[in-house]
Amino acid sequence: MTELFTTAFVAALISGGILAGMPLLLAALGETVSERSGVLNIGLEGMMLMGGYGGFVVALYTNPWLGLAGGLAAGVLTALIMLVFCVRLGLDQIVVGIALLVTAEGITSVLQRAQFGTTYPRLDAMPVFQIPLLSKIPAFGQSLFSQPLIVYIGFALVVVVHWVLGFTSMGLNLRAAGEKPQALDAAGVSVVATRSVAVLVTGGLGGLGGAYMSIVGAGIFVPFMTHGAGFIAIVIAMLARGRALWVLIGAMLFGMSVSLSTALQLVGVNVPQDVVNMLPFVAVMVALIVFARQAYLPAALGSPYTRGSR
Amino acid sequence: MAEVSEVLDLSPAAGEGGTGPLVEVRGITKIFPGVVANDGIDLAVYGGEVHCLLGENGAGKSTLMNILSGMYRPDAGTILVDGAEVQIDSPRVALDLGIGTVYQHPTLIPVFTVLENLVLGQGRGLSMDTKRALAGLKQVAADLGVEIDPRALAGRLALGQQQQVEIVKALWGGSRVLILDEPTSMLTPQGITELEKVLLQLKERGLAIIFITHKLHEALDVGDRVTVLRRGRVVGTLGPEVVRSTSRDELQARIVTMMFGEEAASLAGVAEVRGEVTGHRTARQVSSEVMLELIGVSVEPQRSEIGIRDVSLAVRRGEIVGVAGVDGNGQRELAEAVAGQRSVHTGDVLLAGQSIRHTSVSGRQRMGLRYVTDDRVGEGTVSSLSVATNLILKRIGDGPFWKRGRVCDDAISECATDLVDSFDIRTPTIETSCGTLSGGNLQKVLLARELSFDPRVVVYNKPTHGLDVKTTYAVRDRIRQLAEERQVSALLISTDLEELLDLCDRIAVLFGGRLMGVVENEVGAELEVGRLMVGGDSR
Ligand SMILES: Nc1ncnc2c1ncn2[C@@H]1O[C@H](COP(=O)(O)OP(=O)(O)OP(=O)(O)O)[C@@H](O)[C@H]1O
Ligand SMILES: [Mg+2]
Repeated sequence: MTELFTTAFVAALISGGILAGMPLLLAALGETVSERSGVLNIGLEGMMLMGGYGGFVVALYTNPWLGLAGGLAAGVLTALIMLVFCVRLGLDQIVVGIALLVTAEGITSVLQRAQFGTTYPRLDAMPVFQIPLLSKIPAFGQSLFSQPLIVYIGFALVVVVHWVLGFTSMGLNLRAAGEKPQALDAAGVSVVATRSVAVLVTGGLGGLGGAYMSIVGAGIFVPFMTHGAGFIAIVIAMLARGRALWVLIGAMLFGMSVSLSTALQLVGVNVPQDVVNMLPFVAVMVALIVFARQAYLPAALGSPYTRGSR
Repeated sequence: MAEVSEVLDLSPAAGEGGTGPLVEVRGITKIFPGVVANDGIDLAVYGGEVHCLLGENGAGKSTLMNILSGMYRPDAGTILVDGAEVQIDSPRVALDLGIGTVYQHPTLIPVFTVLENLVLGQGRGLSMDTKRALAGLKQVAADLGVEIDPRALAGRLALGQQQQVEIVKALWGGSRVLILDEPTSMLTPQGITELEKVLLQLKERGLAIIFITHKLHEALDVGDRVTVLRRGRVVGTLGPEVVRSTSRDELQARIVTMMFGEEAASLAGVAEVRGEVTGHRTARQVSSEVMLELIGVSVEPQRSEIGIRDVSLAVRRGEIVGVAGVDGNGQRELAEAVAGQRSVHTGDVLLAGQSIRHTSVSGRQRMGLRYVTDDRVGEGTVSSLSVATNLILKRIGDGPFWKRGRVCDDAISECATDLVDSFDIRTPTIETSCGTLSGGNLQKVLLARELSFDPRVVVYNKPTHGLDVKTTYAVRDRIRQLAEERQVSALLISTDLEELLDLCDRIAVLFGGRLMGVVENEVGAELEVGRLMVGGDSR
């Protein structure tokens, strides 16, 4: 009996962790790209909400895959605003980020309300893709390797971001833009173009994360459903110090702390719902207290670049 | 490469014959708030020539170079490359036109490795061309006679080495026009000689080189043509015929007059202008009281540094002790250990007989210890703050500038105005943000701050780098004066042997993080110092 409970516990922890952690992973990967290039994207949560809503609507009328693509596109469109104001015009990144968030919250709630009233249409679950053999591994095989395709894509993106940032000239340019933009400029690479790409990628990944939440995770869209996930993603990105593999670990740990209650209930331990809702935030705080001293932020993070102004 | 050989073929005596200049600027004007940095500048630069650009601090040299390299847009004027008018509206355009630049202030990214810094901007698509960069680094480094670990973090290299990396970076990009804005300010005499040799080679290959320096003898060594700027205008150009046919002394005198006008007379006696370098013993009496003492001090190296091992040295009251040695042999570690910016691993540091090993940086400040860093942009000043604020930066919260927690603007501006006057800092106003000052004027801000408010012991790290001849001598006079009249002790780190011989009572030599010996500054000292600098055993 105990054996069974343990297996069930692990399985619930993992699948729950992925469910809750995947949006964080996608968004935090995006934030990593943007921060490395020197743009602090406080509006990430707004991009997730837009992606969540846009993706959901597309998915509702077409199919989940187009929905995910729609979410990505909605995120990119939102990021365009950030691009124009922060990268092109050099306005304050924090002010614009907060404005984006508030606007996105407003727009998505109003549109949702206007379109569906107080009903919340539900999407079908996305089909899972069983990886042969691996999914047969006892304990965690089923929960890890029998997931919707987008989950594998999410994990693959970790590797892609890691590779791009660390081993390509584009990654080098991105990091240079975040450390010392005038050096990048002097080397003949446009800082504005480099940062623009980074901001759009962030928007795309944030939007995709939001769409994952509504389409894959919940199957419905509820206003304000991101619930601070964008900010947790920012914290994860900062704690990971720009390293994609640490983003993965961080996002999954936070995801698991969310799913812990379900898993505990499975083994018969009952935790009050309030405590459960608190957990991820407590986890953030603990992580900050323990690791924040080592957090490394790019030298030029948050400062707009204008050539020739010294 | 085609254009380069073309230039070579057509211009055996470039400049005098039929060929036109490689780069020409006409009527370039650049106005900043409060100053006209460039005022109708005309300049022609020919292939196969080194064109020296001289001028006092704030004359507008860097501004003109920034215009050529696409960093600034001129307010008026035209630029011609190969006789055709071009719009250089970004550094990319300049690079594509074959204009490579070593900027006055480092453009290396401190947290990148040397290799990453070199390949930055060189990639095609996604791939990084590290192989080519490594080969390029190896070859140019060999030419320059330097050894640089490509995997070392750039920020951990000594500034002299960083400067060499910058030169490598500009060189292997395949430029036809090379702009060097004070490339030698951090180099040792040997480093400078090697660079001069490389410049000669490049010249042979038909490159046009614009070389900015404050050291007249360098200009005379490598320059084929010399242009002097003053307050944003061209004072005059000495063509190759003149440079070749005039004697060195006369050239020097003419250039100094062009640079400083009437004020030049006061400079007649200084060593740079005389052009002699030799040790001499100052006749003055130094008290026997030890002010600063290092006892067996060791500092752990950080990545790609050398650290210092077991350094013992005493500086007496009113004495100036020099520290010579090739940059990167522990100078920065030594200075920072004394200043308190780095912890001492073993050994002790005494200030007036009192251990300050565990005293904080600001505690040491209050005890009268000052540190003039060699990194004026990175740690010396805050570029977004005003000149006035930078001048009292280390007095924030103290009287008379703060009274009961409230800032007294009047006291600050009065003090700042005084300092600006007495150090001849060229700034439009004291409220101008420090980052917009010219390199030399930034250095003056740093010196003014550290040398005022009653110093007792000062650690100088390359105190005159980037200063024009006149200011260099004014600063040296001040250092001497502080020692003689106010009994201020000094530890003076410099890569410039001439400066050490000019100022010091004794000269210590650092090599590989160890103190090789201390030499009395008397006739012939330079030979002994030179011997110790390359690691000769101390006697
Ligand atoms: N970005 C800027 N903003 C405002 N003023 C500037 C800027 N760049 C240069 N200046 C001003 O232009 C003038 C010329 O500066 P520049 O840097 O060209 O002098 P320089 O000849 O290179 O001097 P140095 O020998 O000290 O390096 C200075 O008065 C400086 O304050
Ligand atoms: Mg300059």
